[in-house]
Amino acid sequence: MRQPLPQRLLGISGKLLIAAILGFIILPAVVVTIAAFNSKAILTFPPSAYSFRWFERAVSYGDFKKGFQAGLTVTLWASTIALVVGAAFAFAINRYQFKFKRALEGLLLSPLIVPHFTIGLGLLMLAAQTGLPRGYPLIVFCHVVLVLPFVMRCAYISLQNLDTRLELAAASLGASPLKILLTVTLPLLVPGLVSGWLFAAILSFNEFTASLFVTTQATQTLPVAMYNYVREYADPTLAALSVIYIVVTAVLLSLANAYLGLGKVLNVEQGR
Amino acid sequence: MTRRPFLGWFVSPAGLVALGLAAALAAVFQYSLRAYIPGSLDVGGFTLGNFADLLKPIYGSAFLQTVALCFETAVITLLLGYPLAYALVRTRNKALKSVILIIAVTPLFLGEVVRTYSWMIVLGNNGFINSVLMGLGLIQKPVQFMFTSFGVVVALVHVTLPVMVIMLAAALSHIDRDYEKAAESLGAGPIRAFLTVTLPLSMPGIIAGVTTAFAWTFSAFATPQLIGGGRVNTISTLVYQLGFASFNFPFAATLSVAGLALTLVVLALLKRVMRPLEKLGEH
Repeated sequence: MRQPLPQRLLGISGKLLIAAILGFIILPAVVVTIAAFNSKAILTFPPSAYSFRWFERAVSYGDFKKGFQAGLTVTLWASTIALVVGAAFAFAINRYQFKFKRALEGLLLSPLIVPHFTIGLGLLMLAAQTGLPRGYPLIVFCHVVLVLPFVMRCAYISLQNLDTRLELAAASLGASPLKILLTVTLPLLVPGLVSGWLFAAILSFNEFTASLFVTTQATQTLPVAMYNYVREYADPTLAALSVIYIVVTAVLLSLANAYLGLGKVLNVEQGR
Repeated sequence: MTRRPFLGWFVSPAGLVALGLAAALAAVFQYSLRAYIPGSLDVGGFTLGNFADLLKPIYGSAFLQTVALCFETAVITLLLGYPLAYALVRTRNKALKSVILIIAVTPLFLGEVVRTYSWMIVLGNNGFINSVLMGLGLIQKPVQFMFTSFGVVVALVHVTLPVMVIMLAAALSHIDRDYEKAAESLGAGPIRAFLTVTLPLSMPGIIAGVTTAFAWTFSAFATPQLIGGGRVNTISTLVYQLGFASFNFPFAATLSVAGLALTLVVLALLKRVMRPLEKLGEH
């Protein structure tokens, strides 16, 4: 059955619009990739010659290597702590009524609204006032606060989709609450928790604004090192590093989509 | 009373994190009321002078510029995000769905520095767009995108688009398609069915998306700093300059508090204005 002309035109212009928006999203990634292979230190389009030299410089530059290590340390600690804290709290919110439930939830979700520079500034001032050192614990705590809302959202969505009849069945067969939690509930939550951890890790590894406030020269994470680089140099080293970033992130997300179902985790699958 | 096994174990770690966050926010409030001692990292006694300083024209214009930037970004992000979220939820082609999802979501995880740097290469005077336009002979000299609020908005839209798409798609995916089919079976065209059924029903997602886009734009620092190049002053860039260039932490705190208050007021107003629209979707 052929659709009437106006509807076909609507369909075609809709597709063109979607293609244009996707093009807008991809454009910087494509341009930065071309720039990364440019062999000259000054960017020109199209590049007159191509080379890998900026990739070599990006992976051997001292500040980037140190930033990568510092960032990885912070990310592994922060995302793991946020996963445990966030999943446990999401479980309590989903199942129980308790005092200050709404207030606690609101406060922990507030980093979605409170600017990152305010949180970074606050932690910096707190450290100054209490005499705490500006070391890794402070940065890790900062990142836990910032990624917690995302972990809570992932865990909460999985809990809502969980079939509680399975827990009831285990209980009716005589399993203790702890055994149900460990052998029924937790395994069913694994996909949601793994993707929550992955989101937290990627967000923490890329966090910039608050990190700029709480890190020092010795503890600067990779995004902070990159920011300092772009203010000093104009060569395409950062373009090469950006390409590595984009490729790694896209691969991680594609894997997450293939094995965990990104659509389900983000709650954007067709309901009915 | 119902049994609540392990409640303490589940809530107390979150309680500790919340306590630390509350202490950090309290520190900002406390500093905002302290006197600045030039040349020293220590702060003086309590004063309301910092808040009086907010009335200086330079800060007033920074607030206006920031709010304007946030509004422009949120509106443009909504206009671009809605068609994309709609296509994502409604396409029946599985591969296409995955492609749209990955492309739409990946920028969210790239971080502000990578994205801002990429846009600097796209928008610069020797950048991609100017090179293409000059190569085609459409312009004689480069168009100035860098250091303009237009350039900042373009890059900020790119930053907020993923989260807008996620929130809109979440709302759209929970709309029962039978409502649209019912409207169409009653003789409404696809456009009319969309405007009278789908759009109002997706209003919660629109409110969540616009609110978040606004708050994220307000929070953005690397984009206005690097693409604005000092010529686009926002609250975030001023807070950083005050803190790390002149070590005036009390006034940096005051600007943060005022910025937070402004965000909350604007978001409350947004919700207020948009709530009647949400009612349209309730049947």
